[in-house]
Amino acid sequence: MTHAEVKNVNVWYDTIHALKDVSLKFEPNTVTALIGPSGCGKSTFLRLFNRMNDLIPSFRMDGTVMVNNQDVYSKEIRIDEIRKNVGMVFQKPNPFPKSIFENVAYGLRVNGINNKAVVEETVERSLRQSALWDEVKDVLKKSALELSGGQQQRLCIARALAVEPKLILMDEPASSLDPISTARIEELIFELKKTYTIILVTHNLQQAGRISDLTAFFYLGELIEYNLTKKLFLNPDNVQTQNYITGRFG
Amino acid sequence: MTVIENNIKQLKNDLLQMWSLVIYQMEKARFALINGDPNVAREVRVNEKRVDAFELKIDMDSENVLLLNNPVAIDLRFVLSVLKINYNIERIGDYANAIAKVAEHASGPMPESILQSTHLPEMFFTAQTMLQESYNAFEKSDRNHLNILFGMDEKLDKPNRNANKTISNLISENPENTMMLLDALSIIRKLERTGDHILNVAEELIFYFDANVVKHSKLQDDIS
Repeated sequence: MTHAEVKNVNVWYDTIHALKDVSLKFEPNTVTALIGPSGCGKSTFLRLFNRMNDLIPSFRMDGTVMVNNQDVYSKEIRIDEIRKNVGMVFQKPNPFPKSIFENVAYGLRVNGINNKAVVEETVERSLRQSALWDEVKDVLKKSALELSGGQQQRLCIARALAVEPKLILMDEPASSLDPISTARIEELIFELKKTYTIILVTHNLQQAGRISDLTAFFYLGELIEYNLTKKLFLNPDNVQTQNYITGRFG
Repeated sequence: MTVIENNIKQLKNDLLQMWSLVIYQMEKARFALINGDPNVAREVRVNEKRVDAFELKIDMDSENVLLLNNPVAIDLRFVLSVLKINYNIERIGDYANAIAKVAEHASGPMPESILQSTHLPEMFFTAQTMLQESYNAFEKSDRNHLNILFGMDEKLDKPNRNANKTISNLISENPENTMMLLDALSIIRKLERTGDHILNVAEELIFYFDANVVKHSKLQDDIS
């Protein structure tokens, strides 16, 4: 069973060909790291799954993007339905200026779930899943902006989990965090993959090695290599991959 | 050149120097034994400390590269291989030192009759050729130099297998040479072990070149 799949996708921003005929499949309960130099197309690729690229006026694409057997770019599908199935965590934590509780409950309310018991239960479950519950259970009404950077990022993960997505996208989720907070996020990703499928953009190759099962290397909009992480970091099939990961690029 | 490229180049240079020193150590040990030259034997014994110092330095520098440069792919394979090759080459250095110790305390050259009966000159030639070929493979990153090694090992194994019988016959014939013949037996064992260490090195070089693990290949087949 494939949780997400991209087939022959091309993306352009005006005349810039940002992704070139990329095809990839993502199996359930795996973490896939997307690596490559800045501007190689990995973030563009990640944002295909929740149609965030649609916000860029010059964006156009062809090809197919499937999540849970649904064509993400089908005209029949509603964008809020896609984003319910696809959670996203950004580089910089972006909690809403609301309480901790309301941040996690936000997605439920947007989806019309207002039953108090259900909301409370979901908030607690999501905060437990994101390993934040023990730290915030007594201060749920406190502003989310008062949390530390690492806690804010785990809160954003809890917010993404609350709507029970099928796929979680992470765009450099630990790049603005200290090593301890980074380790907690990595432990969390390891736990979350038991339930979710995760696609992660990272510039930190050691992080990709530590937490991902599979790694995809992009360069100049092309998917150069997609391989088991262990294989890619020990003996990559492609010389461009080897040059990139060993720092001999350019 | 990046920091890691520099560090790896330095590591390679150090290992080649150590390897080269061990090649000389083995040649001098052979010369001292066959010609009964205690001065050359003592030279080997003094230089053994240099081999040990190289081993420590290469170990430490490899650890630093692993710790500070986070090597991956061919760089990672290189450092992992260097750590193991370093150990094996140092062990060969130990054997050269032990042979030199025998030569240092011998009353003269080992008699031609014993050398011929035990096949020691041929064993030295084989072990030294294997050592040089493995060095060439590493220096030039050329796997072609490795092919010859796997066949050559048998030339060390065979005299070693026959050694007990050969030596016991020689002792029966010339009991006055017993101590010298026991020394010859111990040298045969060391040269055979030298061949085994060079094969270990060859296996590490194959891992470095191709990421293939060839040691215990039967066991690996069973596991996979």
